[in-house]
Parts: sequence; structure tokens; C-alpha cells
Amino acid sequence: MKQNGFLGLLFNALFLTFIAAPLVVVILVSFTDKGFISLPFDGASLRWFRAILDNDQIVGAFWLSVRLALVAATIGVALALPAALAIARYRFPGRAALTGFFLSPMMIPAVVLGIAFLRFLSLLGLGGSFWALCATHVIIVLPYALRLALSSAIGLDRDAERAALSCGASRFTAFRRVVLPMIRTGVAGGWVLSFIQSFDELTMTIFVATPGTTTLPVAMYNQIAQTIDPLVASVSTVLIVGTVVLMLVLDRMVGLDRVLIGETR
Amino acid sequence: MATLDNDRAGAAPWLLSAPALLLFCGLLLVPLVLTLMLSFHVFSSSQGTLATYTLRNYIEVITDPYYGSIFGRTAGLAFAVTLLCILLGVPETIVLARMKRPWQSICLLVVLGPLLISVVVRTLGWQILLGNNGVLNNALQALHITSEPIRLVFTMTGVVIALTHVLVPFMVMSVWATLQKLDPQVEWAGRSLGASPFRVFRRVVLPQILPGVLSGSIIVFALSASAFATPALIGGRRLKVVATAAYDEFLGTLNWPLGATIAVLLLIANVVIVLGCSRLAERRFKHIFD
Amino acid sequence: MSFLTLKGISKRYGDFTAIEQIDLDVERGEFLSLLGPSGCGKTTTLQMVAGFVTPTTGTILLDGRDITYERPEKRGMGVVFQSYALFPHMTVDGNVGFGLEMRNMKRAARAERVAEALDLVRLSGLDGRYPKELSGGQRQRVAIARALAMRPELLLLDEPMSNLDAKLREEMHIELRAIQKRLGITTILVTHDQVEAMTMSDRIAVMHRGTIAQLSTPFEAYERPTTPFASAFLGKTNLLPGEVLRRNGRCAEIDVAGTTLKVPHEGRHVQGQVNVYIRPEKVHLATIDTAAIRTTGRITTRVFTGNQWLLLIDTGLGQLSVAQPNNGAPPPDEGAQVGVAWSDDDLRVLQKEGLDGHA
Repeated sequence: MKQNGFLGLLFNALFLTFIAAPLVVVILVSFTDKGFISLPFDGASLRWFRAILDNDQIVGAFWLSVRLALVAATIGVALALPAALAIARYRFPGRAALTGFFLSPMMIPAVVLGIAFLRFLSLLGLGGSFWALCATHVIIVLPYALRLALSSAIGLDRDAERAALSCGASRFTAFRRVVLPMIRTGVAGGWVLSFIQSFDELTMTIFVATPGTTTLPVAMYNQIAQTIDPLVASVSTVLIVGTVVLMLVLDRMVGLDRVLIGETR
Repeated sequence: MATLDNDRAGAAPWLLSAPALLLFCGLLLVPLVLTLMLSFHVFSSSQGTLATYTLRNYIEVITDPYYGSIFGRTAGLAFAVTLLCILLGVPETIVLARMKRPWQSICLLVVLGPLLISVVVRTLGWQILLGNNGVLNNALQALHITSEPIRLVFTMTGVVIALTHVLVPFMVMSVWATLQKLDPQVEWAGRSLGASPFRVFRRVVLPQILPGVLSGSIIVFALSASAFATPALIGGRRLKVVATAAYDEFLGTLNWPLGATIAVLLLIANVVIVLGCSRLAERRFKHIFD
Repeated sequence: MSFLTLKGISKRYGDFTAIEQIDLDVERGEFLSLLGPSGCGKTTTLQMVAGFVTPTTGTILLDGRDITYERPEKRGMGVVFQSYALFPHMTVDGNVGFGLEMRNMKRAARAERVAEALDLVRLSGLDGRYPKELSGGQRQRVAIARALAMRPELLLLDEPMSNLDAKLREEMHIELRAIQKRLGITTILVTHDQVEAMTMSDRIAVMHRGTIAQLSTPFEAYERPTTPFASAFLGKTNLLPGEVLRRNGRCAEIDVAGTTLKVPHEGRHVQGQVNVYIRPEKVHLATIDTAAIRTTGRITTRVFTGNQWLLLIDTGLGQLSVAQPNNGAPPPDEGAQVGVAWSDDDLRVLQKEGLDGHA
């Protein structure tokens, strides 16, 4: 393909600045020594990072989000993997509809999901339940886990499995020793992506969360809606750094463009 | 577990999908149906939601100009954001596609990475940037481009900018996927037939990425029409969009039936737009791609 | 004067030399093949002629005009790519007429020329289809029609048949050559398939590591290879190492594994360590007690390929492969002792080269 001219590279630089600007600003602001958001500032300090640890609400919300994401991602992958195998390996009536159904949460507005879940859970009296909240997150993350597992399963070379069978392995052994290792990275990538999506989830969770089950994004939203102080900025910085690390892990495992763009033919 | 016969499918695929299917039917299908039913209920400010049925909610939402302006504002927002995403995202993707490694991977990471960061964080950044004392205003005043701060927070302009930032990666992803399918030799073929590089771009490259631009636009439009956090934080209480209006009714006035009505209408609009446009695009472009 | 001249052409990418040195004259109306294994630089050469790649040194002259740095869209050459590179979003009509559109030809005139080009490749009637709806062979014909519709002075083909199945490929060889002869258009074909090159070309340039190892007609290239590489690349051959004992006006006497062979040296000043070559089809089986026998041996392998028998024979001179046409009676079985004969005029000798000997 053609090379990029000066104009193209300039546009790219401006674009990347646009993308990075809000994140950079947040990170910068979190190092202020003042008690309010100011940019620029004279003294840099870690006081707002230390303040995170003193804030029980934030810390509690953080751990809740972590537990929630861990459980939701694991359950999500556990449900998505067999479904992906079913869809990838069999031709059966309703296959396309099933796939569409499992991927539908991505197409339904988060607000609608939040309202629907809230209505349902309140009718059942499950308002403040961790597991109820977790179940809603499983529904949100399952499409992501499914997409990645599916693209791995579809791209699998079936001949490797047939070779194992011809060597005398039982169907289950062939699955365990040949198929599973080959789709391992896709599944693991799906888990990491599900974790991130659950952790970051805001809009739907706003509806379903209760004072006892407030996730970190919801806590931050509530805080920001009233006033912005450097504490949210420092929490954000921690989140950004954590996400960048996970992102690099994800890219190394599966390749970020494949994760987000995916192929689910 | 690992079967190789595609015809003997039988019960196996259904057994494998059963757990996920049960969860989805129970926790997705049922709540959605319940919400639909809820939208037909009556709300009384003294007694809350009554289990009687009426069409009043729908009539109110469709006829009341208050809601009309909200839907209009949301549609306008969605169009503006989609347009900006096309103008910014398409050229950027083309530039990205022409890069060499390792720069290409790095830039792609920077562009797509923010998708993995919670929207709260990204919107916080914009609030700081766009505030009256924000970075942008301070910079503009320092450069003497403006003499007083431009109001960007609590304006639709601010929301459009922030939402574009949030959604442009989707446009990039969509166009990128299409660009990957291009055969580079096709551009050379155009040159060998006498077309200048510009003409090759216009007549050969652009038409081929059009499907990607279209599907990206559909995604961006649907997501901006249903956006909640960004309009809520940057637009404020007075600039309502459909999602924040639903939130208001549900968790503010506690008029659940009305909130449900808005939600149902939003869902229907979403599905119609996405499926309708996808079907149209597919029909127009199916002779090009598999 | 030749129609296309490449003088002193080389191409380097940093440390890597893709083309060492190319000098080539192509006559008007000629069909020339650039033949060689992958990496020999044949495609790079074609890309330089087309204008997609700029040479590091050297000049390219087309009909006397220096086009070395001319942009590809100005050169007016017809190019057929290996992947065909059809425009997927245009119909067959749109594809074939694109070059004419770029020349601002009016719609009516264009339609006429497009129909003419499609007729030439026997694809009339498919004008409304999209590339996706065509078979591989049809797509290839569209690519050829698109290149020819412009009535270019030079036709460049970059391995256009490698994606076709064997039978279709053979048919296209003959058809394409017929079209080329009919139009009298100067053509350069890049290929790694020596049968393809020999079938279609007036001359073959055998390329090896960025240079032309031999430039001659197919017959000459096959019968009288001038380098060990050319000898091994075109067709199969028997290679017998030996040492020159003495030379006279026409022949050299060469000691091969204890036997003295008289080999025509064709004016080459061979001495010391050499390789003697003979093509398998020039070696015949003969009954052991005939006088014409050169040596005897045991058949170790016997293979039937339909139109011929291939035999591997362990002889005193070394292992010989023999190709015998299938004229009804099969040759003796594996394990049989046979006599082997040939005519001395069919032997060739080349100086043994350093490490750069054979492909």
C-alpha cells in the first residue's frame, strides 16, 4: 500500500492527541496537592492516592467490583464455551437464531437492560443481592466471551482432532488434550475481556445497584454528578494504569484488534 | 463431546447451550417482556404502579412535545456524533492501514484501548477539559483566541465532542475490518490502467470501504442514541436525552410505567434502525463481499 | 532496434539485493518469459517495467523513450496480476472498461471496445456480473480482457495462471499464445513453471539470484544450457561428475568414474573438474550384448506416468534416470540388469562451479 504522506501523519498525531487528551488530563490532575481540581498546579503530591485508601466507600466499591468481575467473567466463560463449541461444530436448525440471541445484549441499550433487570429483581425481591447483580453482569459479558470463544473454535483445525482419534484417543481425551489447548488463548482472552467489561459497566448497573452493592464505576458516577474532586481523578488514574496493563496482556495473548473486532462467521 | 459428524447433530448442541440458554431466557427474555407489560400499567402518584392496563403512557410520550423535544435532541445528537465519527474515523483508519509495524500496532492500541476504560473515567476527563476553568478554555484564552471562556459543559456541543471521543473507536474498528479485506494489488491494477493515485482512491478504494463505513455508522448511531453517562454528566440536568429521561422517570419520579414506556420505545427504535439499515446495506453490497 | 530495453538495471533494498544486474532487449511482437524460482527477482523486474518499483540503477527504454521514472499510470501497459486484482465493486463491464474510462473515452465507444475485448477472451455475455459471481478461470479472462482493452503496446503477465487447476492452465497456455500472436502485442510473462515458459515463449530469460543466467529460445535453453543452473532448472537431467583428460577441436575426453566419455565441448574451454549432463529422454535401454552400449546397470525404480516410463538405474557411471516413451511394451522390471546407450552428440559438459553450482 501507499505510504503515509506528511498530512496523513499530522492527522494521525492530532487524532491520537484527541483520543489521549481526556485520559492524560485525568492522570495529571490526580497529582495535584490542592484540594480541588486545578490545572496547571505548582506542587505535585501523592496525597490523593493516599486518600483513596482512607476512603472506605471507594475501597469497598473497588473490591466489590473486583469480586463481581471475577465471578461474572468466570461464569460467563463457563457458559459461553460449551455454547461456542455447539455453534461452531454442529449444523442444527435455529443455530443462527441462537447465536443472535446470545449476542443480543450488545445490541440492547444499557438503559433498557437496567430498567428491565431492576423491574424483574424488584418483583422477585432480590434487590440487594450480590448474586442477582452478578447474574445481570453475566448476561452483559457473555456476548464478549462467546465471540472470542467462537472465533477460536471456528478457526480450529479439525484435522488435529481427527489425528488424535486415529492414534486411539477417546473423544473426551481428544477434546481435553488437543482441542482445549488449541482454543485456550481465545477462551482466556474472552475471560480477560469479560472481566474488563464487567468491571467497567456503568449504565445498567446504576439501575440495579443498591447502597449495599455499589460498584466502583457507580460510586464514581454518583460522586462526579455532585462535584469533581481530585479523589475521583486519582481513582481514575489507578483504573487507567490497571487497564493498560490488562490491555497489554490481552494484546499479547490474542491481539487487541482481533479481540475487539473479532470474526464470528 | 467432540463430535465430527455435522449431520448427526441431534440433542448435543442444545445440551451444550442449555445453561446459557436457560440463563438468557430467564434473566433476559422474561425481564424484557415484563418491562413491556410494565409500560402498559397505570401510575398513580399516591399508590405507585397499579396493575391495570392502559395505553396512556404511550400516548403521552408520543404526543407530549416535552418528549418530542427529547427525542429530537437525541436524534440530533446521534446524527452529529455519527457525522463527526465518519469525518474523523475514516481518514484515521486509512492512515493506520498504511503504517508499518511496530507503529501500526502501537497506534491501534492507543486508538482502541480507551474502549476498555470505563466511560466514567473518559467523561471525567472531558469534564475537566471542557469546564469553564478547564484546560481547553484556559489554553484558548492563553493563546488569545477567545477572551472569555466558551461554555462547553452543559451544552450539546460538549456532549457531542465527548460522545464522539467515546464512540469513534467503533468506527475505526468497523472500517479497519473492511480495509483488511482489500487486495493491495487492486490499487496497482487501477494505476496500470491509467488512474492517478487520487482517482484510484476515489474510484477503487473508497467504494470498497463503504460497507465498513456504513456498518460503523449504524453502530455509532445506535450507541449515541442510547447513550446515558456522557449526556448525563456533560449535558447536565437540563439537556435530557432519551436515556436520561428514562432514568428520571424510573429513579426520579418513580413513575415506572412511563420510564418503561420510554425504554421500550428506545429499544424498538434501536432494533429498527440497526436491523433495517443492516438489511439495506447487505442488499446493496452483497455482490461485493461474501 | 528493440522495442523494450533494460540497461544496467539493479534493485537494492538496504542491504538486500533483489536484482544484481539485468540487461535485456525485447523485440516488438515478441513473447518473452522471465523464468526462475521464487526469489530470483523476476517479479521485481516486471514491477520495474510496469512502474510500481523504481530501479536503483539503470534505465528502461520503451520504443526509444526513457520511462525509468515515469509514473505507472502514464506508461499505458497492460498488466495482469497473479491475484487478478479485479475491482470487486464493479461489474465485468466496469472492470474491462476502466482503462478506457481513464482515457476519457465516451460511453458508446467504450462499450464497443469492452465487447471486443470480452469477445477476444470468449467471455461475451457476462458483462453484468460481479467478480464474486465468476469462477477462477472466468476472473482470469476478465483480468486479461481488462489489460487488452486499452490496446496497450506492452502486455505484462505476473504468474497469471498459478491459481488455475492443471487442465485449465494448459488450455490457457495455448489460448493466450494464440491471442498474443493474433494481436502481435509484445508480451513479458513471469513464471516459475518451465513448461509454461517453454510452451508460450519466443525466448526465455532464465533468472537466478537477480541476474539472467541464460537468454535464448526454449529449444536452445533446454538443449544447450549454458550454466549449471539453467541446465538443472529446465527439465530433468543426469549429472555425472568427471575430470577432463584431454581436449581436441570438437570433443573433450572426460574420465567419469573410471570410464572415458567423448563429449562435445561446444567451444567451451573446459578443464579439470567438470560435470557431464545428459537428458533422461536421450538415454535408451539396449540389450546387454549390443556394441552400442555405454554401460550396464540394475533398475532400482520403475514409475509409470501415463505417457512415459521413468527408470532409475544404478550403473558403473553413477545413478542414471531414463525416460522412455510409452509405446506399448513396458520396460523390464525393477531388479533387472539392462544395458544403457546414448549418442555422444547428446552429451553436454559444463565447468563445475564453486558453491553456486546447482539450483
